[in-house]
Amino acid sequence: MNKASYRSLVVALMQRDFKVAMRRKSDSINPLLFVLMVVTLFPIAVGPSHEVLGRIAPGVIWVVALLASLLGSERLFRDDYLDGSLEQMVLSPAPLELLALAKISSHWLLSGLPLVILSPFCALLLKLPIEGWLTLMLTLLLGTPILSAMTAIGAALTVSLGRGGALLSLLLLPLFIPLLIFATAAVDSSLLGMPAIGQLLFLAGFMVLTLTLAPLAVAAAIKVSVN
Amino acid sequence: MWRWLHPYAKGEASYHLLGRWLPWLTASALLVLLIGIGWGLVFAPPDYQQGDSYRIIFIHVPSAMLSMGTYTGMAIAALVALVWQIRTAEWSIAAIAPVGAVLTFISLLTGAAWGKPMWGTWWEWDARMTSQLILLFLYLGVLALYHAFSDNRTGAKAASILALVGVVNIPIIHFSVYWWNSLHQGATITKFAKPSMPPEMYIPLFVCIFGFMLMTAAFITQRLRHEILRQELHRPWVQQLLVGAKVKEQ
Amino acid sequence: MAFSSVTEFFAMGGYGFYVWLSYGVTAAALLALVWHGRMVRKQLHQAAQQQAQRQQRLARRQQQQQENR
Repeated sequence: MNKASYRSLVVALMQRDFKVAMRRKSDSINPLLFVLMVVTLFPIAVGPSHEVLGRIAPGVIWVVALLASLLGSERLFRDDYLDGSLEQMVLSPAPLELLALAKISSHWLLSGLPLVILSPFCALLLKLPIEGWLTLMLTLLLGTPILSAMTAIGAALTVSLGRGGALLSLLLLPLFIPLLIFATAAVDSSLLGMPAIGQLLFLAGFMVLTLTLAPLAVAAAIKVSVN
Repeated sequence: MWRWLHPYAKGEASYHLLGRWLPWLTASALLVLLIGIGWGLVFAPPDYQQGDSYRIIFIHVPSAMLSMGTYTGMAIAALVALVWQIRTAEWSIAAIAPVGAVLTFISLLTGAAWGKPMWGTWWEWDARMTSQLILLFLYLGVLALYHAFSDNRTGAKAASILALVGVVNIPIIHFSVYWWNSLHQGATITKFAKPSMPPEMYIPLFVCIFGFMLMTAAFITQRLRHEILRQELHRPWVQQLLVGAKVKEQ
Repeated sequence: MAFSSVTEFFAMGGYGFYVWLSYGVTAAALLALVWHGRMVRKQLHQAAQQQAQRQQRLARRQQQQQENR
């Protein structure tokens, strides 16, 4: 199999994911609604004052983004597992790591990117001062691929279990902590008027590292789950 | 070395080998711990700053050190299990994880009980305490994943992958928590800079660390033996061992 | 010897509660680990016994069937 056919396989796989998502729009829309609703709950719970909301906004948005990424993650490989196409992927001559990367990419395009686009509205609702908006969007842009890759690992590990939801969050949330630390620190420092480039570079480094290593783990986990 | 190791990839051989080690490990662990803790509690002089409260160190430091050591051990076992498909290595994950989780729990609780008189609070979002708490979550995740599958082999392999993902993440978590901590709060805690300990204190501490090592090894050995039995329950040798009666071969 | 009397030893220079709390919790956690190990052992015995009984029943049944035939 040559390079061109690898590429066509990846493209076909991603197109299929988009088609499935188009047929079942609620699967990709519901997590976004979840984010908006939880963001709405916070001002009601802690009071609508500017200082408090602006102070906690980066943290709230990031925690909500983590939870939303867990919400849909159980389904990442579930349908492919049930209808046997995951098995086909394992058997296909293309490296499974490449196909895992394709799945991660389409998951990010369907769940991560909309979240990045939605984040200014969340920032508006939570009265995040305007200095933080760009940094918030940049952290989400760099961070959501990490979320997609890590949830892919968790989803691949638990795909053969009927009910992986709570287990999945137990497995994944501790691994998200560095991400949370650097992302909120970046927004905080740009709120203080300091450059956030250091934290953003760290996030970019994490992203590269995760996208390099996660496909290996996902492929190993799929092989374990399928056989 | 591989030729020598090979028979121990089989359940029965490793069960009996571990059975030969277990009494020695248990006895030496009890003896060394008794000496170390007795020495630390009764004979070591009180600290000039912290008085007698520092005596918690004789269990706090060993448990914290070993909680990280056992995770490394578990990750090495996971690597061996995934690369060479040695089943004993797969099972040792199930043997190591609960012991490591208990050690982490002990280090957290003794840390809290030491923190209360020294820092005036049970829990401080200190970098070490935070990363120790995350380590506990990682252990619990591995354990939960191992036991979530009805097919034990799948569970063991999934848990190995998770353990390896965790071990890649541990340095990142550790370092980022330190960084976060130094960012969010000043050096309120470091009033407690490490004083150079006199030998009357660190010798019993070393004895205690050694005792905890032996104890951890004994616990893991015992649990690994149980795991071998559990996994090979249908084999005739286990039946013979546990029931005693000769089982009819069919 | 760092203490002159038993009461002084238990008081731990005023930190008795914390010191004994940590040692107590440690002992309890380790004992729980030992106890759990024993439980597992007992369960293994039971499982093995059940399996042996099942096999015996199966063997008897087969014998009976052969005799009936």
